[in-house]
Amino acid sequence: MRRARTPAPLLVPAALAVVFLVLPLAGLLVRTPWSQLGALLTAPGVGQALRLSLVSATLATAVSVVLGVPLAWVLARSRARGRAVLRALVTVPLVLPPVVGGVALFLVLGRQGIVGRWLDEAFGLTVPFTTTAVVIAETFVAMPFLVISVEGALRAADVRYEDAAATLGADRWTTFRRVTLPLVAPGVAAGAVLCWARALGEFGATITFAGNFPGTTQTMPLAVYLALQRDPQAAIVLSLVLLVVSVATLLLLRDRWLGRGAAA
Amino acid sequence: MRSGRVVAVLAAVALGTAACGGGGDAAASTAGASGSGPTGTLTVFAAASLTDVFTDLGQRLEDAHDGLTVQFNFAGSSALATQLTQGAPADVFASANGPQMSVVTDAGLAGGDPTVFAGNVLQIAVPAGNPAGVTGLADFAREELALAVCAPEVPCGAAGEAVFAAAGVSPRPDTQEEDVRAALTKVELGEVDAALVYATDVTAAGDAVGGRPFPEAEDAVNDYPLCTLAAAPNPGAARAFVDLVLSEEGQQALEDAGFRAP
Repeated sequence: MRRARTPAPLLVPAALAVVFLVLPLAGLLVRTPWSQLGALLTAPGVGQALRLSLVSATLATAVSVVLGVPLAWVLARSRARGRAVLRALVTVPLVLPPVVGGVALFLVLGRQGIVGRWLDEAFGLTVPFTTTAVVIAETFVAMPFLVISVEGALRAADVRYEDAAATLGADRWTTFRRVTLPLVAPGVAAGAVLCWARALGEFGATITFAGNFPGTTQTMPLAVYLALQRDPQAAIVLSLVLLVVSVATLLLLRDRWLGRGAAA
Repeated sequence: MRSGRVVAVLAAVALGTAACGGGGDAAASTAGASGSGPTGTLTVFAAASLTDVFTDLGQRLEDAHDGLTVQFNFAGSSALATQLTQGAPADVFASANGPQMSVVTDAGLAGGDPTVFAGNVLQIAVPAGNPAGVTGLADFAREELALAVCAPEVPCGAAGEAVFAAAGVSPRPDTQEEDVRAALTKVELGEVDAALVYATDVTAAGDAVGGRPFPEAEDAVNDYPLCTLAAAPNPGAARAFVDLVLSEEGQQALEDAGFRAP
């Protein structure tokens, strides 16, 4: 395909958009106290928070893939009525203020919550203030990103392959596993990366529902927020770490799995 | 703006995106017109624990002056101090402790010497009915309880560390909340059995929350200083607000909210 030359009227706003989006990141680099970097990075709690962030974001992504891919299939392929409403409902966390999500999670899974009260009485299980709560909060906020991506991929995929498989005698489950899933694998990968990155940056729902305790629930965004209260230099360094991890992941995965056309 | 300040501007942009919650609109305020008292917009940055009483005082000031709008940015004092040092425009800053006020005065941002206008002590907040039977500071060492304290980075957390040290208690909290109101909310929701908050927060929460005073609280009385800011867009209104807080009327409102006289 021939590459189009950018029409001139698009150049200026596009450049402004780049400046607006990239300049704050550059500011972080400019103001990073490089000489104290080592000391700040090895400060107690930093590694702990980073590890917790990586682990919880990965678990949240795994849960989102296991539950979200089937949901995306239902949204894209099922002929059940009310799909438009369902789609709106399951993507609400995309636009909901994360703090509201945290409160909502409390009302369901908290000690006084509808489900949480029962869990507490029957099994002595309480969810808030645990690492599980972090994963739940992150999953709640990040899963819609995966669902939207996979649904888009499913809609773009050619259903004639699936029809052909069915004609050749494959049952519906086999068709899904052997034809549909490989067909939309790049879409699933793209969605998983987005989901992981969103989970990694999650702040509002986590601090509301999971609380903040070093080693158990204090993820990097929480550590950054609290560091900003006492030591802005440390906050800049922690922000830089989060930025590097996010950018590196997005770049690596994009090159590897999300080549041209994958975003369709 | 000189080109040498680019570094500072970049940093302000970087931090401002995360930190500047409520202060942005202050740029739209107009300075008080000469003559009959303050008009325009007054922007007050105040500690979260002042939310109720300052909202009330702001309303009174608006009622007394036609054309004056008072807007508040309530948050943890340390977050506010950071926002101010990063260039957030405001007229008045009221901090929940001295050290966070010093952050602002040390940066040369204060319009005058800060005045201590109130004091506050810690209290144990428990959900209505006190289901876990919490009686004193020693209960914060009980592992089986769900407990909230403030993070050591914010004033109520610093005060909490002081009282635990004074009482010789090693606390086992389940969460270190980002500000005192967040800790209180967890009590109101019944998600924790007790939280260490200010006496005023217990008062503000009404019947949903019970308060348990404890003797060690006297070891960490928090002083609340306030000041006008040197770069206040509306200095006349800033002065009027500070005067109201320090007046008999303002002091009475603070006392009703559970604060101590300075």
